Amino acid sequence: MIQVNEEPLDWHEGMTVRDILRAKNYRFPMLIIHVNGLLIPKPDYDTTTVPDSAVVQVIHLISGG
Amino acid sequence: MDQLVFDPSKVMAIDHTRRTEYLGALLAYRTGLRTLKEVAYTPSLPDRGYNNRSLYVNVDTLEVTEKPVTQQMKDVFIGGRGFGLYHLWNAVQPTTKWNDPENEIIISPGPVCGITQYAGTGKSLVVTLSPQTEIPIDSNVGGFFGPLLKFSGFDALELQGKSTKDVILFIDGVKGLIRIDEAPEGPVDSHVLGELLTHLYAENDADLPNVSVVSTGAAAEHSLIGMLNFSFYDRRRGCVRFKQAGRGGIGTVFRDKRIRAIVCRGPKVAGDLNHPADPETIARTGIKYHKEIREQDPHQCMMRRNGTAHIVEIMNAYDLLPVHNFQFGSHPDTHKIDSSYWQQRCTQVTVDGCWYGCSMACAKGTDGVVLKTGPYQGHMVTVDGPEYENAAGLGSNCGVFDPDYLLELNFYCDTYGICTITYGTLTAFIMECYQRGILNKERTGGLELTWGNAEADLAMMHQMARGIGFGKIAGMGVKKMKTHFIAQGWGDPQLINDIGMENKGLEYSQYMSKESLAQQGGYALTNKGPQHDEAWLIFMDMVNKQLPTFEAKAEALYYFPLFRTWFGLNGFCKLPWNDVVPADNSSQPEPQKVPEHVQNYVDLFTATTGVKITKEDLIMQSARVYNFQRIFNIRMGKGLRLHDAAPYRSLGPVTREEYESRTERYDKQLQDELGIDPAGKSTEEKMALHRTWRTDRFSQLMDSVYTRRGWTLDGVPTLERLRELGLDAFPEVVAVVKQFI
Repeated sequence: MIQVNEEPLDWHEGMTVRDILRAKNYRFPMLIIHVNGLLIPKPDYDTTTVPDSAVVQVIHLISGG
Repeated sequence: MDQLVFDPSKVMAIDHTRRTEYLGALLAYRTGLRTLKEVAYTPSLPDRGYNNRSLYVNVDTLEVTEKPVTQQMKDVFIGGRGFGLYHLWNAVQPTTKWNDPENEIIISPGPVCGITQYAGTGKSLVVTLSPQTEIPIDSNVGGFFGPLLKFSGFDALELQGKSTKDVILFIDGVKGLIRIDEAPEGPVDSHVLGELLTHLYAENDADLPNVSVVSTGAAAEHSLIGMLNFSFYDRRRGCVRFKQAGRGGIGTVFRDKRIRAIVCRGPKVAGDLNHPADPETIARTGIKYHKEIREQDPHQCMMRRNGTAHIVEIMNAYDLLPVHNFQFGSHPDTHKIDSSYWQQRCTQVTVDGCWYGCSMACAKGTDGVVLKTGPYQGHMVTVDGPEYENAAGLGSNCGVFDPDYLLELNFYCDTYGICTITYGTLTAFIMECYQRGILNKERTGGLELTWGNAEADLAMMHQMARGIGFGKIAGMGVKKMKTHFIAQGWGDPQLINDIGMENKGLEYSQYMSKESLAQQGGYALTNKGPQHDEAWLIFMDMVNKQLPTFEAKAEALYYFPLFRTWFGLNGFCKLPWNDVVPADNSSQPEPQKVPEHVQNYVDLFTATTGVKITKEDLIMQSARVYNFQRIFNIRMGKGLRLHDAAPYRSLGPVTREEYESRTERYDKQLQDELGIDPAGKSTEEKMALHRTWRTDRFSQLMDSVYTRRGWTLDGVPTLERLRELGLDAFPEVVAVVKQFI
């Protein structure tokens, strides 16, 4: 289990940042993602794996209107 | 799930230069004009962003006067919305109504407006006493009029009085004349009138881009929700297009004054007309920003490709897209009206900016639309948009997922002079009333206003434009419709009040706020009413969980409304601030504020005016005007805590269907937030628990926000706050506050 924006999410071996975005349906393009406090650059979303019990923060910037 | 990829092969092959033309009436219109007044003046260009004079026109007495713009006006009110509020305050009394001759319409561009080196710098602000809210309304609008007015020599235009005949005000900033013409019988709808007048007042074809027309349409004469269209000439399409000053019924005031149109002809636009103090800094800042747009936008919001419609699918994914009068936040048919469709349908071979130099270029247009209904049935037109608010308001919120009908609704709203946001929300309210038996076919005069019935929706709009039938009732807006329905005994008053999405008399714009307490405040704790241009905090609050306490929400509801107010003081568009961000924004402190862009704005203001400011000064500039506007509301008999009340639909689930469509979410909240086990409780019992909890925390939010803003718990700025802002220099302002302290 990991925490994503203070909500629990089931974890699986090899889970990537991209997998988290898909699981949460986070499709907004302007995100800032920290895994255990470490900033993950956008090009690395597909390759960065997330350990079990990780604390993930997915900051959506403001847009619209 | 992943970001949309643009496929040029899917763009529809539509000739963007073809459309129905209306110039056949040009000669008759030209010969039908009768000059009532003509005044010569000396044109000027701004110095450091200001001309230091404004233009006053009374359409009744035909008085045409220049007024000085004083140093105090510039120091305290800056320009744009600030100048509008300042002039309006001086024009009206606490007893003035929107349709009294004393009421004014003020258009002011702001000191930075008109530079061409940075994106989003062509905006002007329109201010008047609103027919819907009976307090000042301000609306931020693109198009060329504001910059051309400024380059004709004026920092603001004040319109007062009520004419007994239709008039056209013409400002010729090249020849130096101001003329009031009696308008002949003829079209009032903007897509016809705008084209006619652009060609009528331009000297030749090359002069067409130097002319801008402000107009409205037939519906503004018969409703309280009229808006103003500000034109700009689209060289690539070879046609006149429009941006809208939409909210609050400004177009209604315009037609009540019997103004048919305002036309400004300015000099040919060049990059140095604003005569800034430091053009090198402006150029350098602009080049940096344009590079950012070019490199980052394709991987971020794709504003250049999709415009604001890019967030239709985003809002749907986050359960934030208003569906069926804000009951639900998503719908399975959204894909029919999201940007995957619009990027195929919108013309993609042009640069769609509504002012020179805007590299964000989000003013999308849909060409080759052949109308199916109404007085222009069979005509081929260009539709400005659809923007997000139109797709959500006219589309999903009313259950209309047919893009052709959505475009037709968008078009007729624009040309009739109807605010699309307002129309979407009031129609959604009507459709829910129809669903729940508050309305029926007999009460609507035969219109079957069921969800998604676009033909009935259009029929109602055509009625509104003619001032007949149920369309005339709809044109009163949600607040007055609620009163009317209740007075007729047509339904449960509490239900009607709960589902009518208005605050202060203004309809909500198109975002779901139920699950974001901060956004509930972002809508309701506003000066003019629930428009998202003060604060959009849903992601920060609901998704990111960055605002966990009342104090954190209050801080956001202090900073963001003030920061965004500043755009309207200076002539900026909000979109370039945060619809693209620098590549390294993620590593900046407080990235949601986009610190590099904030610094750009500080630099642009300083480089334009020569007045050195900091980012803290920027907030203080806004705070003066924001608090002045709050006190203006109080002066007009509103502006207190009770006027910030929100309809319950904006706070939580009103109906069983709403609750049961998201049972898991709401039950979990009972458990986690209230410590109540939902097991064994009926839906009605659980809804009642939610209502108590949600209304109580909204009240707590009000306390926190008022305190942070330096207001009493009744929402009145304190004398201490006035002193901090320097507003104690205005005895009339202090006197208003003292009545409540």
